[in-house]
Amino acid sequence: MSSRDLILGRVRRALADVPQDDTPYEQAIDRAYLREHGDRTTEQTVDLLAENLADYRAIVHRTDADGLPGLIARLLAERGSRTVLVPDGLPPQWLTEAADATRVPDRAASTPHELDEIDSVVTGCAVAVAETGTIVLDGGPDQGRRRITLVPDHHVCVVRVPGQVVSSVPQALERLTPGRPQTWISGPSATSDIELDRVEGVHGPRALEVVLVSEE
Amino acid sequence: MSGTFVGMPAFPKAAHDAVRNKTLRGNLRHATHTIRDKRARAVTELEDWARLREAGKQIKDHTLRHLDRYLVQLEEAVTAAGGIVHWAADADEANRIVTYLVKATGETEVVKVKSMATQEIGLNEALEAEGIHAYETDLAELIVQLGKDRPSHILVPAIHRNRGEIRDIFKREMGEWGRPAPEGLTDTPAELAEAARLHLREKFLRAKVGISGANFMVAETGTLVVVESEGNGRMCLTLPETLISVVGIEKIVPTWQDLEVFLQTLPRSSTAERMNPYTSMWTGTTDGDGPQTFHLVLIDNGRTDTLADQVGRQALRCIRCSACLNVCPVYERAGGHAYGSVYPGPIGAILSPQLRGTESEIDASLPYASSLCGACYEVCPVAIDIPEVLVHLRERVVEGGPVTRKGAKVVLKPAKGHAAERAAMRAARWAFSHPGALRTGQRLASRTRRLHPRSLPGPGQAWSASRDIPAVPAEPFRDWWQRTHGGKDDAK
Repeated sequence: MSSRDLILGRVRRALADVPQDDTPYEQAIDRAYLREHGDRTTEQTVDLLAENLADYRAIVHRTDADGLPGLIARLLAERGSRTVLVPDGLPPQWLTEAADATRVPDRAASTPHELDEIDSVVTGCAVAVAETGTIVLDGGPDQGRRRITLVPDHHVCVVRVPGQVVSSVPQALERLTPGRPQTWISGPSATSDIELDRVEGVHGPRALEVVLVSEE
Repeated sequence: MSGTFVGMPAFPKAAHDAVRNKTLRGNLRHATHTIRDKRARAVTELEDWARLREAGKQIKDHTLRHLDRYLVQLEEAVTAAGGIVHWAADADEANRIVTYLVKATGETEVVKVKSMATQEIGLNEALEAEGIHAYETDLAELIVQLGKDRPSHILVPAIHRNRGEIRDIFKREMGEWGRPAPEGLTDTPAELAEAARLHLREKFLRAKVGISGANFMVAETGTLVVVESEGNGRMCLTLPETLISVVGIEKIVPTWQDLEVFLQTLPRSSTAERMNPYTSMWTGTTDGDGPQTFHLVLIDNGRTDTLADQVGRQALRCIRCSACLNVCPVYERAGGHAYGSVYPGPIGAILSPQLRGTESEIDASLPYASSLCGACYEVCPVAIDIPEVLVHLRERVVEGGPVTRKGAKVVLKPAKGHAAERAAMRAARWAFSHPGALRTGQRLASRTRRLHPRSLPGPGQAWSASRDIPAVPAEPFRDWWQRTHGGKDDAK
């Protein structure tokens, strides 16, 4: 007998005492918990996102579409970034003023060692969660491969507000497509492994800058 | 389970030694109290916590009740998304499968994401025996691996080490494994984290094979979820060409929507954060992004035996948050090593004896490693009634009875060493069913109270070594009742 059949057989025998129950799954679980916590205006939800991002040591900036290229250029210049990774579908106008940083396209052929030489990465996001201060990337055209937001030490992530902002985790999952590879990011990399106290800055980008750009 | 802990002394012996270690007690007290208060604050933020907890419990119970169906559904979904699914009935089979898969790539080293399942099966040792080096990349796992130590906590395996000890281990050992610790390394947590970053980066960048576990597997979509903090998980899950995930069969949730419950309760319960820094979700393989070969190894290793126990099966709801460890007065004092298992603390005390059986001395002693105070049940985000299972397992140890082992029903004999307890219980049963004898005995005990010893003789000695013998009152309660109330309430 294969181990598959062995294990499935053991499961069935183990459950022999359990009465048959064919309640459809949608009705089997009491989902009496809240879809979001608190009652906020759209503006307040965006403020909460900014607050929670900052609480976990992300650096938050706010601007509008006109100010975005200048802001991104300034953030890269302040870091002294000479190279910046760019996903294929990043709107070209975002980087029009970042003249000093050489653009490096997100390529499947790049090796991890090559990525390690790059100073910064600029991406968009799929959705942002206000209650938890989380940005979610799902490999969309303005976000690129998962590794490009991991290996460089400086990540600039642009969130369109309020359009890409939801209040809660349940609302975020509703918006996302399960099959896509996802990375949920809440602040720069951190650890609680030394005396159970949180310290920022381990393997992922140690600087996470989130730009909330208002849609007009 | 793993051979790492074979020959461990029973819990009372190991705990007796551990509580005398002042550094260990200080480290544990500091760490558990830090996280305890933070967790309470993080949970208070969610007014619907009790409802989330109940939903989490129901989702897991429903999944376990239909586990065969969801396993098949998961297999289909993972396969359709480009993954390859393997099934392992026990630790040896899982280790053989993983070793074979690594060898097939031609590689002799792998990078690992922290995973309880691979610790449980002793994967690192099995790979090492075949000439494959497994590098732990979680900071706490790295501390344990470099220190040739054993894990003592589910979430923070090096919780028994303070910052000074960690610095010493890094300075001494890092050079043996790769890039040495920086000159002049101090014991500030930020510098220690930086040292780990530098040490591990070269391993991440050259790794061709990654090994992980998973926190959740979604049956309907075939999606796997890893919840982490440092980014070492993301490194192992995205940079290598081949990814092998070793996951217990109980880690399934039926639907994508179910994640909305656990992604709220897990981070707050484990690290007391609204959300952990990084969560990775992947479904099979994605063209041009991440590993192009993905293997999922589903392991049983005692889980179906646990599922067969009507009281004990609730332990399979566990999402490995470790909140129960952080609030446990016994864990705080004895530390994780005394539990003789990769699963320490209250959840370990009910999980290890079920996964491994209660035949060994350590496993038979684990259900007693508790004061039954119930703090673990209070904080459990999937409402596992740990005290209930502890009492159930104590009964099994003392009385024996029918259990399932490797899928077969067997009848356990009563454990040795509980003869006095059984004799005392038989005597109590007899006395309580013979009121005359009970009354005579109680009066006799009261009259001779000045002669009672302070500790018990013979087999009772062990019991009274750590407990005061209850003082016998001057007058039995029933005599007092008769004297003061004269039985007048009996008329009603």
